[in-house]
Amino acid sequence: MNKPIELQPDETFVLNVGPQHPATHGVLRVKMTMDGEYIYDAETVLGYIHRMHEKMAENRTYPQYMPNMGRLDYLSAMAFNHGYALVVERACEIEVPERAEYIRVITVELNRISSHLVWLGAFVLDLGGFTPLMYCFDDREQILDLLESVTGSRLTYCYFRFGGIYNDIDDDFIVGTQAFIKRMRKELKMYAKLVTGNVILRRRLEGHGMIDRDMCLRYGATGPVARGSGINYDVRKNEPYSIYPEIDFDVPVYDGCDSMARYLVRMDEIEQSLRIIEQSLEKLPEGEVNPKKKPKIIKPPAGDYYAAVETARGNFGIRLVSDGSKTPYRLKLRSPTYSNMHIFDEACRGMLIADALAFMGSLDLVIPEMDR
Amino acid sequence: MTIHHETIQALSHLFQTVAKPGPDSAETSQVENEPESDETPRKNGILERDYQSCGFHLDILLDPDQLIEATTILFKLDFYLESITGVDWIKDNQLEVVYDFSRYDFELCRIAIRVKVPRDNPLIPSITKVYTGANWHERETHDFFGIKFQNHPNPTPLLLPEDADFHPLLKDFKHEQTD
Repeated sequence: MNKPIELQPDETFVLNVGPQHPATHGVLRVKMTMDGEYIYDAETVLGYIHRMHEKMAENRTYPQYMPNMGRLDYLSAMAFNHGYALVVERACEIEVPERAEYIRVITVELNRISSHLVWLGAFVLDLGGFTPLMYCFDDREQILDLLESVTGSRLTYCYFRFGGIYNDIDDDFIVGTQAFIKRMRKELKMYAKLVTGNVILRRRLEGHGMIDRDMCLRYGATGPVARGSGINYDVRKNEPYSIYPEIDFDVPVYDGCDSMARYLVRMDEIEQSLRIIEQSLEKLPEGEVNPKKKPKIIKPPAGDYYAAVETARGNFGIRLVSDGSKTPYRLKLRSPTYSNMHIFDEACRGMLIADALAFMGSLDLVIPEMDR
Repeated sequence: MTIHHETIQALSHLFQTVAKPGPDSAETSQVENEPESDETPRKNGILERDYQSCGFHLDILLDPDQLIEATTILFKLDFYLESITGVDWIKDNQLEVVYDFSRYDFELCRIAIRVKVPRDNPLIPSITKVYTGANWHERETHDFFGIKFQNHPNPTPLLLPEDADFHPLLKDFKHEQTD
């Protein structure tokens, strides 16, 4: 099935995939050197949607920069909110009330499920199956409605505040979320029957797009890409933040190293996120959602601060260098797909172009987050 | 032995062996526990930080020519490269490059390696031979700060346009007014 072929470097031609190609899910360009249908070499060209978010940070105050977090990774914006809130809270030593922590986790996990649902629909669409996309978007719609009712936006959330959140959740949200958990469990069984067991899908994913542990280490891959390669690494467990240590959930790890392993990791993660939401709703304490004592003007003391969170795509880190003023001196965003996508150039060598596009889909790319 | 001590030991060995040749390199190999004061410039060495308050454990300052050896040691200790970034300290006329490392392990250890270079001649050896993934990070840092990475396999702009000759994150960068 995956026989290595001998490529002829002197009989190649260059094929441009993108920047306007539906399989790249955004403006990403890959310059592929082809030997017939096989890829001899590939070079990813980034920057088509680069907006210099890091420079924007140096021109804004800390609260003014929060809306930018929704524009990086538009599919899991809530986790990016969380990362930025964490680093500023760490720098200014702001305490977060317990209720706010629980609500943060609930919304982040809901957002993670919706992100994985978009990925599932779009990924199967890449492989030629149209129907699952409709089911996925139907389920995702439920989450968007729930989150819209508390955050006020459907996609580019700016829900977190330093020390708390913008808006408390109400009973409608709790009842709606519980109904959603029930519904999603049923739907997951349906996806397993409809998609996971499908022989065409399995043939296209199993044994293709191999990424081993060594490659993950050299490139710094995180998230489902690393967990599909047998690395038990999840920032929620390895570097616990918020209330994750109090919640009982598993980190799905598969050591297949292929596209199928990454697919299975994400499908299992949906179930784990449901578990987290369920437990958080049960434990949800009463109280305030914003701290009583909080500096009026956010001015972190001079120094270096780092915080990392697990987004739907992997480890998102923020390095904040403060000089004690109202604006960040330097703010570095470490986005997960940036490192994950870098693997593609090396891993796709010798693959058929059709398999390479399936492999690209299994990396779960969100271009605005990569280009920043 | 915890990974902190293992790392400190492996790297302090490096300080002792490499610190010899230059007359001006007065590196200290011992681990300081106190954060440096703002007045005196920091000496090369390993600094243990409080994880709760700043988010990483070890803060290492190096000379550019020690970089490849230090990253090789970290690679052998199973660290992965999270990101590379720059900071423009225009008052000191220096550019700082920060390398963030972490581990796929439950024994948490985050490391920041800093290298300082003069602003008018920012030359740093590329670590792409050690960490292949440094390629994009170094290209990005070159885009934003104009730091030149020696022996980089593909030193072309990554995020900025192909013909970009400006470095937007330098503090003296002025963008063109369009009104």
